[in-house]
Amino acid sequence: MSNFRLFIMPILAVALAIATGAIIIALSGSSPVDAYKALIDGSLSDSRSIGRTLEKATPLVMGGLAVAFAFKAGLFNIGGQGQLVFGALIAGAVGYGITGLPWIIHTPLALLAGALAGAIWGAIPGILKSTRGAHEVITTIMLNFVALNMTDWLASKVWREEGVIVRTPHIEESAEIPRWGEIPTGFLLAVVIAFVCWYLLRSTTFGFEIKSVGLNPNAARYAGISVKKIVIMTMAISGLLAALGGAIETQGVVGRYEPGFNAGLGFEGITIALLARTHPLAVIPAAILIGAMEAGGSMMQFKADVSPEITDIIQALILIFVATPIIVRWFLSQKEANELSVSTTWGSS
Amino acid sequence: MSSNTLALEATSISKTFGNVKANDQINLEIKKGRIHALLGENGAGKSTLVNILFGLYKADSGTVKVNGEVVDLGRPKDAIDQGIGMVHQHFQLVPVLTVAENIVLGKEPANRANVIDIEEAKKKVKELAENYQLDVDTEATVEDLPVGTQQRVEILRSLYRKADILILDEPTAVLTPQETDHLLQVLKNLASQGVAIIFITHKLREVLEVADEVTVMRNGQVVGSTTPSETDESGLAEMMVGRSVVLRVAKEESSPGETILKVNNLCVHDDRDLLAVNDLSLEVKSGEILGIAGVEGNGQRELVETITGLRNAKTGEILISDTSIIEFSPRQISELGVAHIPEDREKHGLIGAHSVADNLILNRYYKTPFSNKGIRQQKAIANYATEMVEKFDIRTPDIDTPSSSLSGGNKQKAIAAREFSHDAKLLVASQPTRGIDVGSIEFVHQQLIQQRDQGLAVLLVSAELDEILSLSDRIAVIYRGRLIVTENSAELDRNRIGRIMTTGSDST
Repeated sequence: MSNFRLFIMPILAVALAIATGAIIIALSGSSPVDAYKALIDGSLSDSRSIGRTLEKATPLVMGGLAVAFAFKAGLFNIGGQGQLVFGALIAGAVGYGITGLPWIIHTPLALLAGALAGAIWGAIPGILKSTRGAHEVITTIMLNFVALNMTDWLASKVWREEGVIVRTPHIEESAEIPRWGEIPTGFLLAVVIAFVCWYLLRSTTFGFEIKSVGLNPNAARYAGISVKKIVIMTMAISGLLAALGGAIETQGVVGRYEPGFNAGLGFEGITIALLARTHPLAVIPAAILIGAMEAGGSMMQFKADVSPEITDIIQALILIFVATPIIVRWFLSQKEANELSVSTTWGSS
Repeated sequence: MSSNTLALEATSISKTFGNVKANDQINLEIKKGRIHALLGENGAGKSTLVNILFGLYKADSGTVKVNGEVVDLGRPKDAIDQGIGMVHQHFQLVPVLTVAENIVLGKEPANRANVIDIEEAKKKVKELAENYQLDVDTEATVEDLPVGTQQRVEILRSLYRKADILILDEPTAVLTPQETDHLLQVLKNLASQGVAIIFITHKLREVLEVADEVTVMRNGQVVGSTTPSETDESGLAEMMVGRSVVLRVAKEESSPGETILKVNNLCVHDDRDLLAVNDLSLEVKSGEILGIAGVEGNGQRELVETITGLRNAKTGEILISDTSIIEFSPRQISELGVAHIPEDREKHGLIGAHSVADNLILNRYYKTPFSNKGIRQQKAIANYATEMVEKFDIRTPDIDTPSSSLSGGNKQKAIAAREFSHDAKLLVASQPTRGIDVGSIEFVHQQLIQQRDQGLAVLLVSAELDEILSLSDRIAVIYRGRLIVTENSAELDRNRIGRIMTTGSDST
C-alpha cells in the first residue's frame, strides 16, 4: 500500500465515522451542525479548551503507545487498563507518602515508581506466555480484573484518606506535574516518550529484535534472538508505557488516586493504536483526536442537547471503519475492494 | 495441426506487475492427450501464466481458447467450468477430512433431503480412482497421508470436477524420488486417456522423461519450443538460463582435516514427543561434505534442529571442535562458528517483511560494524548489503526491498550469502536447493564445493538424491532416525541408496 493510502485510510475512517455520527444525531432530533460546533467549541476554540484536550489526550498517547509497542513484537496487550491503574495508584502513594523531597526528585520518583509497577504488572503475562505458553490476550484481560480489585483494596484499606470517600490522600505539591501555561507538561512528556519509542524501534538493535520477533518468531529464533526474553521485555515496556499514562494522570490532573476515575482509559489505547496503524508517532494525532472528543463532549450536551455518549458512538464507529478497511476502500475504489485481504488491518510501519 | 485437437490455446497473453512484465505476448498451444512441460527458471513467468489460465489472475491482454472457443476466465470457477483443473504447489486440502470428503468438497452428492450422501461420495470417488488407476484409500484422513498421496487426492479432485486440462505447478518439488516416479507414471496414464496436462517444473530429467512437448520461458517470454527427442538436459538448461550451465559440479578429491562435528548416540523427540532421532552417531571433518540421504520425515529435520540449537536432545552428545553444545542456545552455537541453511527458507531463513539488507545481516545484526552500543549503523549495513548483493548476484530492485518479494532462487542466494559469509567452520545445509532454479542451484553447489575446499565441514541434508550424489564425499542413509550405512560416496550407487532409504535394509 502506498504512503498516500496509509495516510488517507485513517483520515477517511474518521470522516466516515463523523458523517455516520451526524446521521445518528439528526435521527435523535438534534442538529448535527450545532452539535459538532459545540464539540469543537469545547475542545479546540481557545487555549483553555485546547489545554483540556491535550490533558485528555495524555493518557491516551501512553495507552496507544503501549498497545502499538507490544504489537511490534506480535503481542496484543489488552491489559492497559490494569497497568494504568497500578501506575496511577503507586504514583499517588509515593506522591503523598514521601514528604520533604524537592520537586526535582519527588516528581520523577513518583512517576518512576508508577512506571515500574506497570512494568512488573505487564511482565507477568509476558512471563506466562514465555514459560507456560499462555496467550497474552487471555492473561492480560484476566489481570485487568485482578489489578482493579487489588488497587481498590489498596486505596480503600491501606492508603486511604480519612473520611467517607474512598481515595488516597492528595499528593504533596513536590510531586505535582505543573502546567506550562495552558499546556499540561504531562502531554509534552508523552510526546517525548512517543519519539523515544519511535527511535527505539527504528534505530536500535533491540528494536530490530522486537520487530523480528513480531514479523517471524521462527526466523528470529533461528537467528539467535531469544524470543522468550523479547516477549517478556516487550510486555514489560508496554505495561510501563500504560502505567506512566496513569502516573501522569495522577500527578498532573487528579492529584490523587480515586478508584474508577480513569475507567476505560486503558481500553481506548486499542482504538488509538489501530487508528495510528501502530506507528508510535501517529499515536499523537490519534490521541489528540479522541482527546478532543472527550474534552468537547460535555459542551455538546450543554449547548446542543446531545448526550455526550454520542462521542463514544463516534469512537466505536472509527474503530469499526479502521478495523474493516474494506468499507473505506470501497469509497476509494470499488475494484480494489475485490482484491482486498483482511490481514492488512494493522499498520506495516 | 488442426484446431480441434487443441485443448487450449493462449494467444499473446501479457501481464504486468508494477513495472515488471511477468508475461509478455505469450503464445501457448496445449494438445489433447499430451503432456506439455512448461520449463523456466523461477521468475520466468510460468506461474503467472498458469494462474491466468486458471482464472486467478486477469491478463492485461490476450485471448484464451478452450476447445476452439474463446473463453473469459475471470475467476477460478470459470476455469473449472471450462474443464481446467489445477494442482497447486501447496495443496488446497482440508487436513481433517477424509479423502472422499476432500474430493467431493464443493460439489457433494446429496440425497433428497439435501444432506450429503457420503456413501455415494465414496462410491463415486472409488470409481474415479479405478478409472484413472489412481490408487487411494477413500476413507483415510488426509493429514495422515504422505505428501505423494495427498497430491493424488488433489489430482482426483480436479478429475472429479470433470477436468480434461490439468495444470500441475511444480508437482515434484515436494516428492521423494519414488513418489516422483509414481507421479510421472500417473501423468502418462492420464494423458493416454485424453487429458491434456500442463506440467510446470525446472527439473530437466523429468521433462525428458514424460513430456511430449516442451515450452521454455525466460524473463516473461517464450524463448523456444521443442520436444524431448530433439534435445537433452544441457540443451534445455541452456534455453532456460540463456547460457551454458554446468549441471554436475566439478570437484576435486576431498582432503579431510580435523573432526569438527561429532554426534554421539543422539536421541531426539519430534513435536509429537515421539522418538525421531534414534541413537544416531556421525562425524564431519573439516574439508569434507557428509551427505545425509533419506526420505523426508525420517528424523533429518530433528537432527539438524538439535545440532543448531533449535531443539533439545533427549540423550546423547554433540561436540563442535570438542565443545559440548547440548545446553547451548542457537546464538551460542552460531558464535562457535556454525552456519545453517534452513530447510524452510520462508519460515526460518528469512523475515519476509524485513529488507534484503536486514536479512543479509540477520545472524550478526548485533555485532560491529552493524551495531554500535545498541544503535544500528545504517550505513555499514547498507554498504555490506550492497557488496553481498553484487558478490552473490542476488537479483533485487534494491537492498531495501522486502525479501518476501524476491524469487525463490534469490531468497536462497540471500540466505547462502549470509551463511557463507559467516566465517564458520561447520555448515549445516538442509535442502539447500529445494524449489530453486537451475542457475541458482549451480551457484549454490559451486559455493558449497568452494567452501569445502577452503576447509569448511559441511553436513548436507537433502531429499534430492542427485544432489547428495554429486556433492557428497561421504554419504549416510537415514531411515527412521537411524543411520543405516555411512560410506564413501564412491561405494554407494543410486539404486543401493534408494533401496536403503525406502526399506531401511541394505540386503538385497
